[in-house]
Parts: sequence; C-alpha cells; structure tokens
Amino acid sequence: MISIDGAFWIVLTGALATSSCALLGTFLVLRKMSLLGDALSHAILPGIAIAFLFSDSRAIIPMFVGAAACGLLTTLLVEAFHRRWNVQEDASIGIVFTALFALGVVIITVYAGQVDLDQECVLYGEIAYTPWDLLIVGDGEYGPRPVWILGGVFLLDLLFILCFYKELKIASFDPAMAVAVGINATLMHYLLMGAVSLTTVAAFESVGAILVVAMLIVPGATAYLWSDKLHVILLLSVCCGLVAAVGGYWMASLWDSSIAGAMVAVIGAIFFVSLLISPNQGVVARIWQRIAFSLQVAQDHMLLALARRAEVEEQYRFSRRELIEMASVWRGVALLALRRLRRRALVEEREDHFYLAAAGRQEALRLLRNHRLWEAYLNGLGLPEDHVHDPADAVEHFIGRELAAELDAEVAGQTDPQGKRIPPSE
Amino acid sequence: MIENALRFLSLADANVRFVLLGSLLIGATGGLLGSFAVLRRRSLVGDALAHAALPGVALAYLLTGSKALPVLLLGATISGILGVLVIQFITNFTRIKADSAIGIVLSVFFGIGIVLLTHIQRVGGGNQSGLDKFLFGQAAAMVGDDLVVMVVLVVIIVAAVLFFYKEFKALIFDPGFFSTLGFSSRWVDVLLMGLIVLTVMVGLQAVGVVLIAAMLITPAVAARFWSERLGTMVLISTAFGGVSGIVGTFISSLAPRIPTGPVMVLVATFFFLVSALVAPRRGLFSRWRRERHNRQRESRQHFLRAYFELAEKARESASFSTSELAAELGWNAVRVERLGRKLARQQYAERVGAGWRLLQKGFDEGLFIVKSHRLWEHYLYYRSILNADHVDRPADEVEHLLTPEIIERLEQILSEERGIDPQQVVNIHGSLSHYRRGGRE
Repeated sequence: MISIDGAFWIVLTGALATSSCALLGTFLVLRKMSLLGDALSHAILPGIAIAFLFSDSRAIIPMFVGAAACGLLTTLLVEAFHRRWNVQEDASIGIVFTALFALGVVIITVYAGQVDLDQECVLYGEIAYTPWDLLIVGDGEYGPRPVWILGGVFLLDLLFILCFYKELKIASFDPAMAVAVGINATLMHYLLMGAVSLTTVAAFESVGAILVVAMLIVPGATAYLWSDKLHVILLLSVCCGLVAAVGGYWMASLWDSSIAGAMVAVIGAIFFVSLLISPNQGVVARIWQRIAFSLQVAQDHMLLALARRAEVEEQYRFSRRELIEMASVWRGVALLALRRLRRRALVEEREDHFYLAAAGRQEALRLLRNHRLWEAYLNGLGLPEDHVHDPADAVEHFIGRELAAELDAEVAGQTDPQGKRIPPSE
Repeated sequence: MIENALRFLSLADANVRFVLLGSLLIGATGGLLGSFAVLRRRSLVGDALAHAALPGVALAYLLTGSKALPVLLLGATISGILGVLVIQFITNFTRIKADSAIGIVLSVFFGIGIVLLTHIQRVGGGNQSGLDKFLFGQAAAMVGDDLVVMVVLVVIIVAAVLFFYKEFKALIFDPGFFSTLGFSSRWVDVLLMGLIVLTVMVGLQAVGVVLIAAMLITPAVAARFWSERLGTMVLISTAFGGVSGIVGTFISSLAPRIPTGPVMVLVATFFFLVSALVAPRRGLFSRWRRERHNRQRESRQHFLRAYFELAEKARESASFSTSELAAELGWNAVRVERLGRKLARQQYAERVGAGWRLLQKGFDEGLFIVKSHRLWEHYLYYRSILNADHVDRPADEVEHLLTPEIIERLEQILSEERGIDPQQVVNIHGSLSHYRRGGRE
C-alpha cells in the first residue's frame, strides 16, 4: 500500500521524533522529573487546539506558542499548588494535567468542524499520513513537512545539549554542587522545560500526546540500566529510539495497527529485555548475584561446621544430610555448594562421610578466626555474650585479612566470649 | 440543546436514569477512595493503573470476542494489577526511581493498548466502537447490565471502606501503629491498592483510562481544603465526586459529541478551584484576608507604640503631630496621616488640631503592645540570648504575636528570676537603659 519511499519517510519521522525525545528525556529521568514531562505532554493539548482554532492551519509557530503557554502554565500551577497551597507535588501534577488535557479534548470535540484534529490524532498521532503531508514553498515540493519540523527540533535539542552539556550534567547528578559552582539551576530548569515543550509539540502530530511520554521517558530509563556515563546513556537512548522507529514500523505493517503505538511497544520491549539482562541492574544479574552469594555462604557454613566438630573430636566426620542441614540455605543450593567444596578439594568424601582436607582445614580456620574475632569484638563493645553469635554469623564472610588483623589488635585475647580459642592467623 | 436538557432533567427516559445513577456512583466512589489514595501519597498510581488497564480490555475482547462489561473489566483488572506490580518490581530491583517507573508503565502499557485497539479496529471492521469508549469514556453507553456490575463493585468498595476505616486511618496517619500491634501495615496497603483497582474499574467505561486518575485525585484534594478531619474530608470528597459525575453527565448529554470523561474532570476541577479560592482557613481569599488583617494590626500597633514612646519623652500624654509620629516611626507623613484617619474612624484615636490623640480603645491596646515589646526585650536580655542594643528589632517583630497568656508567663519568669515587678515594666516608663541606670544590673 505504501511505497518504499513512503515507508522511508515514516520511519525517518519516527526516528527523528524518538531520538529528540530520547535526548531530552534522559535528563528528565536523571533529574527525577519524569512526571513533569508526562504532565507537560498532556497539558499542551488545549494550547495546540486553541492555536488550531485561531490560525486555522498546522503552522508550527502558533502551535508552539499555544503549547509553550500551556507548558508554562502547567509548570507554574504545579509549583503554586504545591508551594502556596501545600498540595502534594504528585497530586498537584495530577490535577493540573488532567484538567488541561480534559479541556483540550473538549475543545477538539466541540469544535470538531473547525479544528483539523481529532481524538485519534491526540491518542496516537498521524504518522501514517506523513508521506502525503508535503512542505510546499512556492511551486516546489520539498518532502514531508513533519520531517522538516522534527529534523529542525532534533538539531535544536542536540545544539542545546552540546552547549549546556556540562551544566546539565552537573545539575542532573549533583544539584547541590551545581548551585555551589554557580550554575543557574532555575534557568536550566526552564530551558529544559522549554525544550521538552518544543519537542512534544513537534512530535505531537506524529505520535499523539500520550505516546510521546513513552518516547521521552523509556529510552533514557533503558539506557540508564546499561551505563553510568552520561554520554553513553545519551547515545544508547538515541539508539534505542532508532531501533524502535524501524522495529515499530515493521511490526505495525505486519500486524496492521497504529505505527506510533507499535513504536512505543517496541521501546517497551527493549526496556523489558534490558530489565532482564542488563549486566548490573538486570533481574538475571541480580538473581545470579544472590545465588552466588548464598553458594558462598553455604560453603562457609559447611566448612565452619566441620572445623567446630574437629575441635572437640579427633574422628570428626559428617554425613551428607548433616552437612546440608548445617548450610542453612535452600537444599538445592546447599547440594551445589557441597559439590563446589569437593571440586575445590576443600573436603574429602570417604565411605559416605565428609572430612576436611588439608586446604579446607586452613580455609575453615580462617573463617572460624573471623567469626570468633567478631564475637569477641562485639562482646568488647558491650553486647552480651549470648547475643554475639548471630551478627558474627552474618559478618564472617566479609572479613578480610587486614580487618582481621585490626580486630585481633582490638580484642587482644586468645578466646572468644564463650571461652573458645581463637585460631591464630596462619 | 434545550430539548436535550429538558429530556435529561425530566428523568422520564429509563436510560437517562441509568446513566445518571452510574455517573453518580463513579464520581462518589472516586471521591471516597481518592481521599485515602491521596493522603497515602498514591495519587498517580491510579493514573498508571488506569492506563495499564487498556491492553487488558483489548486482549479480553480479542480472546473471548465478547464485549460484556464483566469480561472486559476482568481483563482490565488483570493488566492493571500487572502494571502496578511492574512499577513495584522496577523500583525494587533497579535504580530507576518511582516517578520514572510510573511513567514507563503508564505509557508503554497504553502504547500496547493502542496497538491492540487499532489492530481490532482495522481487522474487525467497525466492530471496535464498543471499545473506543474506554479511552475517553461514554456515559451514555451505559446500560442496565453494566449498572449491575458497577453497583456490585461499589457495594464491595463501600463495605470494605466502612469495615476497615480504622485501619486505613491508622495507615495514613501512623503506619508505625501496626508494628506495635505485632503485624505489618503491608496488608492494609495491599487492601487499599485493591480497592483503588476496583474504583478505577467502576469508572473505566464512563470516564475512560486517560482521565480517570482525576476522579481519584481532584475531588479529594478539593475536600482537603475544607476539613482537617478524615471523616469530614471523606464525606465532602465523596459529595464533590458525586456532583461532578452528575453535572458532567448532564453537560455531556447536551450535545451528542461531547465526551463524558473530560467534562466530569472539568467539573471536578471547577470544585477544586473554587475550594482553593474560598475555603475557610486554607483558601486563597481567607489567607489574603488574614494577611491583610495582620498587616493592618501591625501598622496600627506600631502607630500606638510610637505615640507612647513620644508621650514618655514629653512626660505627658498630649497630642502629637503627624510629622512627630512620622519621625518616630520612620515612615513618611502621608502614610501616618492616612493611618491616623483610619484609626480615627475605628475609634482608636482622634484628631486634635494638627495632631493625634489616643482614645480609650487605642490607649488600652497601646499599653498592651508597649508592655509586650518591653517584656520581650527584657526576656531576650536577661536570658542572655542577645545583648541590650540588639533586642529592639526582634521585639519589634514579635510584639504583635504575643498573647496575654505568653505575657503572663513572661511576667512570671521575669519576676521570679530577676525580681522585676510586672507593674513597673510599664509604669517605670523605662527602656532597657533606664533599668541599668537604676542599678538593677
């Protein structure tokens, strides 16, 4: 239905919209202003609608003036209700943007004859019509109008970020520092809000008022899952937007649905995948960290159990069942931990029972020393002796050589609070 | 339009009665639950929840092919709850903050919903019309069966609120209370969240997913202006919501195209604005009045005290000219003249020739304010908070705020600690330096 040429313009429009939103949205996410971005993109609707009513065209200038007025009104009203009337900030945001958005919808529907806008455009934009919405100057056609507008806005946003990169960076990560070094925080705030208003207006026609929120917030948040460096986050968020533009178009043509909606769905999918597999924030990584940690704990506990038994009994040994009980973690993890201990040659198995190997003995004594040093230290601080075991159980895994030496100097004794010998360092 | 209005107001049409009852229920439950949601600082969670419900509506239709309200609402509930869980998950597992998490869930779920809706629309022909109403709400589309579903939900919600009122109250004002009883406040929070879900479902078809958050937030914040008590606030909020529902439906019935949801939201916003302006104590007008009253009292008391200071220097209470008072006050003569005329009107002072003399009313208040000023100076000085030449300015600011009870307490402290006779503070006509010359130091 749509020629390759048409598809190209649509994808280009989507890419420009998502990447300009992604650039600014990153700062919204970092500065914890996502909801203000959300509110702004809804609240500009009456401004756009009124601009339509008066100018009777889709010229960008009146639309931007109307939207900027509404954006400013939103920021001011949210501030006023929050500060002057003590309304909670999120409630204040909620009231202002729903009211303005409702007003916009009413204007659009009541003046449906005069306003060349409809509810569908508000909800998910008209990106599909991009190839036919041509810029005509004099007699010449110069390609689709939205591409020019969004391209211009993208360049402006890029310029804004390049010019104020340092200021934005400091203000985003350390607002107090920003004030201390003399950056005008209010000015940066309003500049950023102005840029967000401009970008939302430009993107509005193509993707609608609500989907723009996803393009603002989600790419930045996704990139934030992958990196700590601002320039990397910005780059990644733009990449995320580009992938979404291409993937969304493909998905929409496959499924016959709203293109802008599909782009948002793809952004959402990218976010979701990142949420799962990102190297240090992702769910998989977190779960793996947790398993690795409980494996470590289980091994330590088993070694300790063996070492304690060794102190009182020459012919010490444990059955598999006993050892697994001593690990005080899930059975499955405990079994894995036991296999590890054997592979590391810390324990030996003879006739269905487990013994400490020589290397294991050394490791176990180190742990026992940590445990008892900590007990003695806590006791020295005034904790009763029957309360020191549990905290020591939690801390023993983390005590390194230097800390152990320090503790040793601190407690300067040879026994723990129960009178058991603290093993010397090897 | 007038025809429409009359038909609506006569309530002759059974459908109109259904619609009216429906919107009353929606507004009122929104207001009821909204009070708790807003006070518990969950304002925008309702917003995310409603947006997240959209794909559920579309999927329920795609899977069952049914447009029956219970089926669609079940789908909406499931995806709405999923959305809330995802928000929890994101904030718990990653460093992304709650505001971004809300924005992400809200917009992405909505995007997926739009994909599904447009897909249904294009593949299923004009069959989507029944689902469209979930976007901006169509009160007129409510039928008797829908109402039954809504009434059941509302009964559940109201019963739960009545039954757990104390628990919710404790959750809002003192979450720590539960741990003293030995259990966690978590289940109350979950219960509240569940009721918010149900409330959103009640309003979904008439107000729509985009704006239903306003029905939770706006009436509640408006009611907050009128009362400091939870019970009263909940009642007012419910009333605001209910009236918004009825009026909104009425207005949207005037013309066929006007969507119900946005109009209901605008009516609720109107209540909010009116409350923010005229509510007693917290409203803007009442605050202006209070501030103006305070400013007037302040300048009046400055005038009166200046008069007393002059009378002290002159060793008699004669009349003083505008320019003498202006010099003492450090104001310009026009301001003194204007204030003098006003005080004359209010029976504090009278004009004597070219000057002013206090009447009994002005004399009493002047005496009190001079006493307040000096007692406070003494207090700051003897408690060694400030040294003698620094006490005038703070006393200037505080003198208007001292109540007779505080004055009494100050007198008591000063007479016990320093042996100052309360009567003398006034009679001795002494500023602080006077005291020191008297050898009390």
